[in-house]
Amino acid sequence: MADQKASTAIEAVESGLAAQGYIASRQIATAVYLSQQIEKPILVEGPAGVGKTELAKAIAAWRGKKMIRLQCYEGLDEAKALYEWKYAKQLLYTQILKDKLGEVLGGAQTLHAALDQLHDFGDVFFSKEFVEPRPLLQALEQPGGCVLLIDEIDKSDAEFESLLLEILSDFQVTIPELGTVSAITPPTVILTSNSERDLGDALKRRCLHLHIGFPEQRLEERIVESRVPGISQTLRRQMVGFIHEIRSLDLKKLPSVSETIDWARVLVLLQASELDTEIVKDTLNVLLKYEADIEAAAPQVTTFIAKAARSNVFG
Amino acid sequence: MRENLHRFFRAARGAGVHVSPAESIDAMRAVAQVGLTDRAILRDALLLTLAKSQDEKLALGDCFDLFFSQPEPRQDQPEANDNDEASQGSDQSPSSGSNSEAGGGQPQEGLGPLAQMLLSQDRSAIQAAIASASGAASLSDIRYSTQRGIFSSRILDAMGLQRLRDDLDELTGTNPALAERLRAALDALREAVRDTVSQGLALYAREEAENLRNDILRNAPLARIERRQVAEMRALIRQIARRLRERYSKPRKRQRRGHLDVRRTLRRNAAWGGVPFLTAWKRKHRDRPKIVALCDVSGSVAQVSDFFLLLIHSLHEVVDDVRSFAFSSHLIEVSDILEKKSPEEAMAEIMSKVGFGSSDYGSSLVDFEKDFMSALTPQTTVIVLGDARSNNLDPRADILRRVSERSKRLVWLNPEGRLAWGFGDSEMPRYATFCSVVRQCATAQQLERAVSDIVATYQ
Repeated sequence: MADQKASTAIEAVESGLAAQGYIASRQIATAVYLSQQIEKPILVEGPAGVGKTELAKAIAAWRGKKMIRLQCYEGLDEAKALYEWKYAKQLLYTQILKDKLGEVLGGAQTLHAALDQLHDFGDVFFSKEFVEPRPLLQALEQPGGCVLLIDEIDKSDAEFESLLLEILSDFQVTIPELGTVSAITPPTVILTSNSERDLGDALKRRCLHLHIGFPEQRLEERIVESRVPGISQTLRRQMVGFIHEIRSLDLKKLPSVSETIDWARVLVLLQASELDTEIVKDTLNVLLKYEADIEAAAPQVTTFIAKAARSNVFG
Repeated sequence: MRENLHRFFRAARGAGVHVSPAESIDAMRAVAQVGLTDRAILRDALLLTLAKSQDEKLALGDCFDLFFSQPEPRQDQPEANDNDEASQGSDQSPSSGSNSEAGGGQPQEGLGPLAQMLLSQDRSAIQAAIASASGAASLSDIRYSTQRGIFSSRILDAMGLQRLRDDLDELTGTNPALAERLRAALDALREAVRDTVSQGLALYAREEAENLRNDILRNAPLARIERRQVAEMRALIRQIARRLRERYSKPRKRQRRGHLDVRRTLRRNAAWGGVPFLTAWKRKHRDRPKIVALCDVSGSVAQVSDFFLLLIHSLHEVVDDVRSFAFSSHLIEVSDILEKKSPEEAMAEIMSKVGFGSSDYGSSLVDFEKDFMSALTPQTTVIVLGDARSNNLDPRADILRRVSERSKRLVWLNPEGRLAWGFGDSEMPRYATFCSVVRQCATAQQLERAVSDIVATYQ
């Protein structure tokens, strides 16, 4: 019974994401479903341009939640990611306090009595009013929950990972002066990484690990279909077949899904009805981002087109 | 099922996937959510919760497939024989066929449960019996391939082999045809149990076996390694490199004490009118290792140099800058070749350029001084890997002295044992006077220690 529910729920995730223009594989849908059920962040790894960031956007759009994005870079610290004290406002506050000090302490005769009165006055210097929330704290404070995207976590320093651990496992942060802030509604957390460096085990342990690779031919065709509606079926098949051939080459940067979509758009703009050597050679720079790669691929273009066309006949 | 999942976690650990208790709890929760009926979803869920890298996903996927492919008790053959016999019997005399059937039905009442199960050909029951018996024999404790026999017999005993033997003895007298059938079924059962044990070995013993093999490999002399072990050794060296990277790539905590950096403190506190709320401390600048490696690639040392270069060049995160040179009779720079090509191709190319000569340390050092002396800075560690056997040619130790003076440290790694230094044409004692450290480096373990020490001096 529960099993039946799970598979239909996963299908629901799939179709929900598809409605936002994100064609998810079964594995991605399972990950999204599980992360919601057992309240765990998803760590998404994979080559650039396979739709890691898009996944977070699609989830946010599908569930109708706000997306909060934290772009990581070297040197990102808690002041920029978590919270910061509003120094200027605090300074103003001390100025005001100085002016009002006479009134507050008016009645006190001795220094001791004045101190007592000051303690009673209550300390707002370090209080919620002076905290400037940054993305992580903002995400916890959303009453309706949100999708928190921590993008390219591998670009940040190793220390920053440790900062994330508390928020990832318990959906809370501890501000020394204020205490612990817990999430009103646990956010859906998505972390992405291009595997530029190995992430720490502590971070990985707290996440579901999802690897998105290059999609299979069928899936990629569906992705193109949903993203570039104007393209004809023959051309779509041919171009996806061609790209799969290109990916078998040893290149510096293999074309990924985002390049496929760009190329499909270009082909539609050029009003191509099917692939030929001329048009491929002219538009190869959309697919391949290095001169050396283009040079390596150019001699193979004709064979690849033929292969793609052949597979089209049988497929 | 909980029991099965626990066994799967053990198997996963055996396959090299780190499954911590927390992760196994997550996996349990995930499985409780998705259920067990859809195997593809179950597989995805376990891969998501347990495996934390692409390699681990592959390993765990294989492990999953192996784990859930229960070896079937092979009864097809005996069954076919039975049918043949039965059909033959029916062809010849229908009465004997019915007789054997009747005979198959009646004496079963006097037989033990195992015999009845085997005769009734109930596959799923047999499979379940094997599974529970392997649980009773704690098959998941199997460690070495030599234990296969003992585990097989333990499982068979747990299934009631003794009773079956008695039944067989009894039947041989009373009903030979049925005894024959039972014997064939027993053979099939033995085979199935053997398969189960082999599968258990593949699942649970991999970690232990690998540890043992790696242990032996780590202490095997690199120069005399067999060809089939080279690939394993490369994998081991890569592991070592990963370990060193993990240990040294993250900068250790900077000390927040010592001298106050007045300039930076004032600048940082400008917003508060120079009242030093925040302090800035002077930091000790730590540079990452710069390494110049000179490797002998003549005959006996070539293999060691190969592994050494592989190790040094897989330390990108730790080491800032590596320049490698290979020499036997003359010296060339090989950094580019090593960076661009796969280890196998690179080594082949290096060997074709300078390898297989008789080593001449003197002229190689002259080559180095002439072209590459400028590569040395006071931050550079120079590593020379070679046996210092210069075929009685001029060793030119004076150049090595100048190299030593220009660099931070000069480390000599010698694949030969200390006893051999200075005997025959070994110039080691003469070179050793100019080296900061001279150490033996013949096994993977010594190699790891040597490189680790070199990197550690920069920390």
